[in-house]
Amino acid sequence: MRNMVNLTQPYVDQFDAVKERLPGAQLPWLEARRVAGLARFKTVGLPTVKMENWKYTRLPNLDEPGFRLATWDDGHVAVAGVPAFFSDQTALVRLVYVNGIIHPELSQLDQLPDGVSVEPIAQVLETDPGFIEQHMGTEAVAYDQGFAALNAAMMESGTVFRVATGVVINQPIEIVYLNGGTAEPIYRHPRNLFVLESGSQATLVKRHAGISAGAYFNNAVTEIVVGDGAILRHYTIQADCLEALHLSSVHVRVGRDATYENFNLAIGGRLSRTETRVRLEGRGSHCNLSGAYLMKASEHCDNTTVIEHLVPDTTAREVFKGVLNDEARGVFQGKLIVHKDAQRTDGYQMSRALLLSNRAEMDTKPELEIYADDVKCSHGSTTGQIDETALFYLRSRGIPEALARNLLIQSFIAEALEEISDLRVREAMAHQVIHWLPAQCYFAEEWKQP
Amino acid sequence: MSGKAQTIEQVREFTDDSYKYGFVTDVEVDTAPKGLNEDIIRFISAKKDEPEWLLDSRLKAYRHWLTMPEPEWQKPKFPAIDYQDSYYYSAPKSVGDGPQSLEDVDPELLKTYEKLGIPLFEQERLAGVAVDAVFDSVSVATTFKHKLEEVGVIFCPISEAVKRCPELIRKYMGSVVPYTDNKHACLNSAVFTDGSFVYIPKGVKCPMELSTYFRINAENTGQFERTLIIAEEGSYVSYLEGCTAPMRDENQLHAAIVELIALDDAEIKYSTVQNWYPGDAEGNGGIYNFVTKRGACRGRNSKISWTQVETGSAITWKYPSCILQGDNSVGEFYSIAITNHHQQADTGTKMIHLGKNTTSRIISKGISAGKSDQTYRGLVRMGPKAEGARNYSQCDSLLVGDKCGAHTVPYIESKNKSSVVEHEATTSKINEDQLFYLRQRGINEEAAVALVVNGFCREVLQQLPMEFAVEAQKLVGISLEGSVG
Repeated sequence: MRNMVNLTQPYVDQFDAVKERLPGAQLPWLEARRVAGLARFKTVGLPTVKMENWKYTRLPNLDEPGFRLATWDDGHVAVAGVPAFFSDQTALVRLVYVNGIIHPELSQLDQLPDGVSVEPIAQVLETDPGFIEQHMGTEAVAYDQGFAALNAAMMESGTVFRVATGVVINQPIEIVYLNGGTAEPIYRHPRNLFVLESGSQATLVKRHAGISAGAYFNNAVTEIVVGDGAILRHYTIQADCLEALHLSSVHVRVGRDATYENFNLAIGGRLSRTETRVRLEGRGSHCNLSGAYLMKASEHCDNTTVIEHLVPDTTAREVFKGVLNDEARGVFQGKLIVHKDAQRTDGYQMSRALLLSNRAEMDTKPELEIYADDVKCSHGSTTGQIDETALFYLRSRGIPEALARNLLIQSFIAEALEEISDLRVREAMAHQVIHWLPAQCYFAEEWKQP
Repeated sequence: MSGKAQTIEQVREFTDDSYKYGFVTDVEVDTAPKGLNEDIIRFISAKKDEPEWLLDSRLKAYRHWLTMPEPEWQKPKFPAIDYQDSYYYSAPKSVGDGPQSLEDVDPELLKTYEKLGIPLFEQERLAGVAVDAVFDSVSVATTFKHKLEEVGVIFCPISEAVKRCPELIRKYMGSVVPYTDNKHACLNSAVFTDGSFVYIPKGVKCPMELSTYFRINAENTGQFERTLIIAEEGSYVSYLEGCTAPMRDENQLHAAIVELIALDDAEIKYSTVQNWYPGDAEGNGGIYNFVTKRGACRGRNSKISWTQVETGSAITWKYPSCILQGDNSVGEFYSIAITNHHQQADTGTKMIHLGKNTTSRIISKGISAGKSDQTYRGLVRMGPKAEGARNYSQCDSLLVGDKCGAHTVPYIESKNKSSVVEHEATTSKINEDQLFYLRQRGINEEAAVALVVNGFCREVLQQLPMEFAVEAQKLVGISLEGSVG
């Protein structure tokens, strides 16, 4: 058996080699946090299936493709263009990163209203380090996972998104991360910080896409603060390429009467894992964590969520739906924790998966941990295949089988998409789903109009 | 320390002596000294006059046990168990040891018996009162035995079965729960002292419900009980374990193993009512009930059904499971777990679907009151070859009071597309409207709570054999006493 020291050592060496060049190297407090993160990483180690939280997700051998840390040059690989998401100019602002480096020529930043800023973290560390010191790496991020701790040590890119008190923006803000396209496989440790001051509202669309088929490894940590009465709609589209590894942990704190809405659509990636932890810290706060995943080949998608109800009168809702084809594997682990005295909590959780192949696998672990009595919590989970009677019904109406199957998959996923409150985003997401379906029949315009 | 060394020395002397004369000598010592080592295991085996192979398997288990770490993943927390601080063998108590009449028995216990409506002679038996040898229950047992022998059913203590039908024991014991399974099962494999053995021959429908309570020599089956039930092709048996009344028990750690084997078209129904001493209202004392229960549906169309009512013990930690190997086999799990005061329970089931068209059903009702903590933990696994398999699980938790906890941890793994798995869980507090309705009809609060909880559990209570069900309903109410107001 390989021992822990050997496994973590290459990362530790790497840290020593690059620490001078990491953003904010001149800041003593940041250095202290990086060192603490590295120490934590050494104790916790790399995740293994023996850890309860990683029971169903086995990391591939990371030494094998020989990942190296991304450099400035990697940020300037040739990019053909940015894949479309919204059909028109829906997005108010668009930021495009290539392997962690922002590209102004692909971005569109001129319409940024007052009180809103979207900037690379390296830039904010120069202009306003105090802001980052205040909000980043708080107790809300426990770093109980090795990779999150490693991110604390190594973070080198990412976005800081700020909305000032009372500012309401309706149009979505789009951040696009293009990855890969390099000769050798690279890995990165992006760090995002989104802070919505009290009473503000915003919609954020985060997209991850592969530039070419090559391997890359993203180890992201995002921290989010939703101030009192604020609303954040946070949508992620993860369309990484077949070789990509994508680990992401999201830590959210929700204030009084605030709402946090999160939807994660995963349609690609060799291994993707999103661990979302929400702390409902203010009375009357609400969160909706939902998502859909469509996986094929031997892709692996893991959605792990932890929602903590810390005070009375908080509500949470989760709807996850997945479609698994070929040898794909889906994992859903959802935990609701109702702390002592968090009375009148209302928690709902639903996970459904559709297996299209006999080699596909779905593992579900919905958990309730409840220490208060006046609560209403429930969860449900189903795994099954396409309903044969529904299929027969459609075919009896003259719809070809392949199309009928696609229609049923679409309608299955649609139930999750309904959790998205921004209709423009919902529509664009639905479009992404259609493109994932087997190609021969997804268009079928003739079925739209009689 | 010197006491321990002395004990070890005593045992060594004793066993060395035995070696000299062989193990056939009639040993006069009735209780093995405290502690656990190979010599104690040899002592137990010799006491029971066991064949060589059984001693070997005990020793193998013991040696493996030494290498196993204490499990840590469970929710209940308790101080580390000092395995060297208990007795692993004591001969059945003689008549003179127990209380001489009901007047000597703890009045609290008697009050509970009264509420459960248990007849007087049974009360005496349960409380361990020295009962006249020709008294009622013994004659019941004798008639019982004749009836079973007529149809060929074997129902006897497992130590007797080792002598009567060693080939069956060798073939099946440990085949469902291997000694490597978990730390407590491993300990049981090394030191089990007694338990029940049931064998139902081909095509036989067992004419009556078998119950540990009425079995001859049922007394003192001890803390390391071992049960093995084999249902041959086309047979049926319903087995009842435990009883609703609290039993007098001096052992803190109970680590039992129950193995069920159902062959083609056979059905086993296993019902448990567990009401061991839960400790006092402050959480002192009480039984640790760490049991490994597992059934294998080996044959086609076989069925195993577990029903449990768990109200006792300071800590209950068990997962009665079904391995559905045979095509079309069926597994069922119906459970009520009630915890009050400082009790902890971590219970649930595992349904492992391996054969085609296998189906399973899980209904679990947990009620937490007082400062207790309860976890449902279950696994449903659909193997790649379990085509057309089906599972439905429902886990409901009810919270009574704001100091208790209720947790649900289901694991659902599906490895083939044609199987369907459904899981639902809810947690809520006891319905105020229902309580109010009952209260305004003059029913006091405690009785009202008992009534509502009984309604909450009715799906499981219905699964119990008639005579159990009536008592279990009363038990639900009694277990929740002191949880309101």
